[in-house]
Amino acid sequence: MSALACEGLTVGYGGAPVIDALDLDIAEGAVVALLGANGAGKTTLLRALTGLVPLRTGRIALHGRDLTAESTEDRVRSGLALVPEGRSVVVELTVDENLRLGGLWRHRRKALDAAAEDMYALFPALDRRRRAPGHTLSGGERQMLALARALLARPRVLLLDEPSLGLAPKATAQLLGVLRATAARTGLTVLLAEQNVTGALSVADRGVVLSLGAVAADRPAADLAADPALRHAYLGF
Amino acid sequence: MDRFVFLAAAGLARGAVLALFALSLVIVWRTARAVNFAQAAMAAAAVYAAFAVTAATGSYWAGLATGLAAGALLGAGAERGLMRRLPAHAPLPGIIVAIGLVMVLQAGLAIAFGPEHRPMHPPFSQRPFLIGGVPVLSPYDLFTLAAAAAVMAALALLFNRTPLGLQLRAAAFAPETARLLGVRVPRMATLGWALSVAAASLAALLLVPTELGLNPHAVDLLFVNAFAVAVIGGLDSPAGALLAGIGTGLLVSLVTGYVSASAAPLAVLALMTLVLLVRPGGLLAPKEARTA
Ligand SMILES: Nc1ncnc2c1ncn2[C@@H]1O[C@H](COP(=O)(O)OP(=O)(O)O)[C@@H](O)[C@H]1O
Ligand SMILES: [Mg+2]
Repeated sequence: MSALACEGLTVGYGGAPVIDALDLDIAEGAVVALLGANGAGKTTLLRALTGLVPLRTGRIALHGRDLTAESTEDRVRSGLALVPEGRSVVVELTVDENLRLGGLWRHRRKALDAAAEDMYALFPALDRRRRAPGHTLSGGERQMLALARALLARPRVLLLDEPSLGLAPKATAQLLGVLRATAARTGLTVLLAEQNVTGALSVADRGVVLSLGAVAADRPAADLAADPALRHAYLGF
Repeated sequence: MDRFVFLAAAGLARGAVLALFALSLVIVWRTARAVNFAQAAMAAAAVYAAFAVTAATGSYWAGLATGLAAGALLGAGAERGLMRRLPAHAPLPGIIVAIGLVMVLQAGLAIAFGPEHRPMHPPFSQRPFLIGGVPVLSPYDLFTLAAAAAVMAALALLFNRTPLGLQLRAAAFAPETARLLGVRVPRMATLGWALSVAAASLAALLLVPTELGLNPHAVDLLFVNAFAVAVIGGLDSPAGALLAGIGTGLLVSLVTGYVSASAAPLAVLALMTLVLLVRPGGLLAPKEARTA
């Protein structure tokens, strides 16, 4: 069964479409890398999926249920989560407040406490800084917190926009490792937009390359990683 | 010395009302990033609702409850019906609409109830207790202090200690992130407006019986002073509103007593100027200010 199905998505900001009649189908439990050069439309696609950017045309279904007309909040409450590009930690709130914010709609008090403890066990660096204000966290800690906060609500499909951006290689490896392990353990479906092609393909089953608003390649991750011509043509290295 | 004690005590009660009204401005700023210039007119409308119910039932408390409910409804209605429809990221339309709302409300109140001052009777005596022969707070002053303090404490608990408060804060600080976490941001804005105008209405309900009486402009001066207080304290800071409210209340009372009533607004203005020169964000402005 497909976890996320997009049909004929067209998205733009006024001029020519950035995403043009895109079809994409992601199987339940798959980890898919969304690749493409800077400006290819990865962020636009993820924001359109969550309703932050309106669709010009097309349909989006989550586990067979049409989400196209729903608000961002309702899509999230249906099980679609996005860890957006950049520093999405609310800097005025503490680590613990940021974390719990992700689960308020999902869990009652006791279950929320338990879910938060699970996340602290998964991310010990956050556990040590529970009461720290968001603005005191390092880039790596913020990215971990953003991931933990999204996972807290137990989404069915998790979208991530360049989580490794600006992180040291060690922090990136740790983050992708937790992501892979969580997906394997829980059957979470993941769509991971990355410029860090090697890192993304190392945790993904499948790679989708965006170019000029359409899917230019859609292959098993191992194939893509091993195909220098494709890498050169679409990913610029 | 006796006179000082009397004036300081009166300043405290006045300061609590000022702080509460300033807090209401802080709430709507923090939850909806709006300065509600119609706060005084909306609070006056809520006080008229209280006045009408008290007149009909003979019960101060029924009137008080009605006034709070009317304030909350007016706040929610203004957000749903007007503010939400304005373009985001530009403060001017909100200000213009609020000024329009002031005119509509004040004209409407004058048509419905007449422009004259209607006396409002406090539920407790306004005769001060004598302590060692010195007049200090009256029972009504104590009620005012207690009510304002209780509501401010309840609001602080709501915002800082409850899941709803967490969502209110997140929706204000980072609306997009909040939406991505399932927070119903538009509903939080409505709730912020409702809480804000209800708090302002309570401040007005507490103040009006100590003044000339109720008229469509009865809350205007309170708004002007409370706006100064909110700016002095830092528009983003509930604690700043409390601190600056009490401080300004004392200042107004002492200046009125020792100099003259007409010098009090000047003193408030001077205090605001001084604070803004030294700390442009207000006394308790957060260090890492957010602009959007
Ligand atoms: N808010 C916006 N307004 C106008 N154009 C935008 C906006 N965001 C992105 N774009 C344009 O859309 C295209 C795709 O951008 P983006 O989705 O950010 O790509 P990627 O995430 O793959 O780097 C780029 O040409 C970019 O300039
Ligand atoms: Mg991007």
